[in-house]
Amino acid sequence: MRYSQTSARQLGTALMNPPRHLPRQRLQSLFDRLADAGYDCIGPRLREGAVLYEALAEARDLPAGIRARQAPGEYRLEARHDERCFAWANGPQALKPLLFQPEETLWRCLRDEDGRLRFEEVVPTPARRAVIGVRACDLAALALHDKHFLHREADPSYRARRADLLLVAVDCSDPADTCFCASTGDGPAVAGGSDLALTELEDGFLVRAYTEVGRRIADGLPLRDATDEELRAAETQREHAARAQRRALPGRNLRDALFANLDHPRWDAVAERCLACGNCVSVCPTCFCATERDSASLDGHASEHRRLWDTCYSAEHSYVHGRLLRPDTRSRYRQWLTHKLGGWHDQYGRSGCVGCGRCISWCPVGIDITEEATAICTPAPEPDKGPDAR
Amino acid sequence: MSGTLPSPYLPREAEILERTAETPDMFTLRLRLVEADARAAFQFAPGQFNMLQLPGIGGVPISIASDPAQSETLDHTIRAVGRVTRVLEQLERGDRLGLRGPFGQGWPMREAEGRDLVFVTGGLGCAPVVAAISYALARRDRYRRIVILQGVKHAADMIWRERYDAWARLPDTQVRLAADEPTKGWTGHVGLVTELLDQVQLDPELALAMVCGPEPMMLASARRLVELGVAPARIRLSLERDFQCGVGHCGHCQMGPYFVCRDGPVFSYDRIGWLLGTHGF
Repeated sequence: MRYSQTSARQLGTALMNPPRHLPRQRLQSLFDRLADAGYDCIGPRLREGAVLYEALAEARDLPAGIRARQAPGEYRLEARHDERCFAWANGPQALKPLLFQPEETLWRCLRDEDGRLRFEEVVPTPARRAVIGVRACDLAALALHDKHFLHREADPSYRARRADLLLVAVDCSDPADTCFCASTGDGPAVAGGSDLALTELEDGFLVRAYTEVGRRIADGLPLRDATDEELRAAETQREHAARAQRRALPGRNLRDALFANLDHPRWDAVAERCLACGNCVSVCPTCFCATERDSASLDGHASEHRRLWDTCYSAEHSYVHGRLLRPDTRSRYRQWLTHKLGGWHDQYGRSGCVGCGRCISWCPVGIDITEEATAICTPAPEPDKGPDAR
Repeated sequence: MSGTLPSPYLPREAEILERTAETPDMFTLRLRLVEADARAAFQFAPGQFNMLQLPGIGGVPISIASDPAQSETLDHTIRAVGRVTRVLEQLERGDRLGLRGPFGQGWPMREAEGRDLVFVTGGLGCAPVVAAISYALARRDRYRRIVILQGVKHAADMIWRERYDAWARLPDTQVRLAADEPTKGWTGHVGLVTELLDQVQLDPELALAMVCGPEPMMLASARRLVELGVAPARIRLSLERDFQCGVGHCGHCQMGPYFVCRDGPVFSYDRIGWLLGTHGF
């Protein structure tokens, strides 16, 4: 889905209603139609014991028959005894590194013999890409990054990578123990924000389209009408996936509760455990901090200005003209959490957490954002009033 | 699609027209954008800042100290304290560098019309404020009384002494200087700049204060101004953070609900006061 087609309010309505059925053995036709339409496919693959998003041209290369067992500080893939391709909860990353790269050059500078400088912008020219298997939490994170990188001043690299990105989402059927997207309102079912969405059932997929581009791809697939039984099975599966989640944030807008508790003793307790390693920031689909670095050629005539992912858990992140604003782990964890769950409401109109649970699974010491937020915001604020409630 | 809009990240070439030493570690660079088009398009407000980029070395945010009416040349007063500013210190007339900007929200010069202006600055905090003072003095009839208070730790760090002396001779303009550690022959106040607030006549109903300096100094000044009856919304402070992108993307200046580079650096005390002085923000 191109960014310009996104409209937060009309996302719930699929263009293809009711959804139609694609037999499991014909899943390759989706890859073929996307290739015919000029897209390079990217999708989930098994790599180094995790599910990662990489180039993927064949349906048979999908991670079939596995589940992801996740817990605080733990991620393990296990065999399951069926052919399902998407019955695992998200791995460490999905869309973020495809659009906001961990490291990239923003501009180059050439210096001539007279000391004159020529600055040249570096903007990627990516192929048309289709990403298969995107989950609802990552679509919510993508919508936030669109706001961050495209509203007001547009980021040229993000804009170039975002244009012509086609998204084939999948409803989450098997959330991990660490997932809590139901409590943030971002999943587990896809409610728009992609071009196509799939619900994986025992013998195949229910397909729905949210955009014209998606419908054109779907029109080329060997679809038949879904039976009532299949529609019911899909609904049951979605409800089950939401009910299976045991973790939750104590509200959708914790801004006031967090800023009212800046001296809560829990900050000291979590700082005792936190290693300030920044893993949570790397795997978070909404974290966007970056630092800029220059490097010069040996002869000094050319240089590159690069941007690298940064973390608010590092000392340098809080450097201001000769001093550090956040010399201790307590203030860095607090910066991360009060921004993610607090400041984002002011800056982007909603929380910066989409409930993917990655920061819990990939934290080496198993710090759980839902536990910390609940403790710090105790007594819990008013029950949920929606993303923008104050 | 890309390439049709100007990148906020791409610097433009600027040349150094003049370098003025202010103190042993402070200097002013007068810059001019090399391309005529870029020069003509460059407009700024007092209190905004530029990113000065040294290719192969790095960038640093510096406020524009000169008058916006003469935007052909841009003065930047810099203290050599970090990796980039120490290299900037070595540059000379004719040298080239990159410039991006202007960024941020500046001083409320329009809102201040018809009011008494109170400028309270500490150390090099005077640099972002000098543009506002010059602006007001060049349009003197729009403003009522002008009070200028500047404090430094060591009297030797007091730059622009001639400017302050000249301003002090203007009608309806009061200038008071303070130094914590005076040198021989120091004629100003010995102590903190906030103490000067008790020595000037202020009409709190009419006053609009513009404050810039180290955060403890700004916080003390704002608190004293509130005690004297100035409404928090009419006390403006200019904050300093590690601005890298200048457009609210890189996250280094994230502060509570704000990105300081974009939503500031000038904030009213009623918006930012609750976070000032809080460890970690």
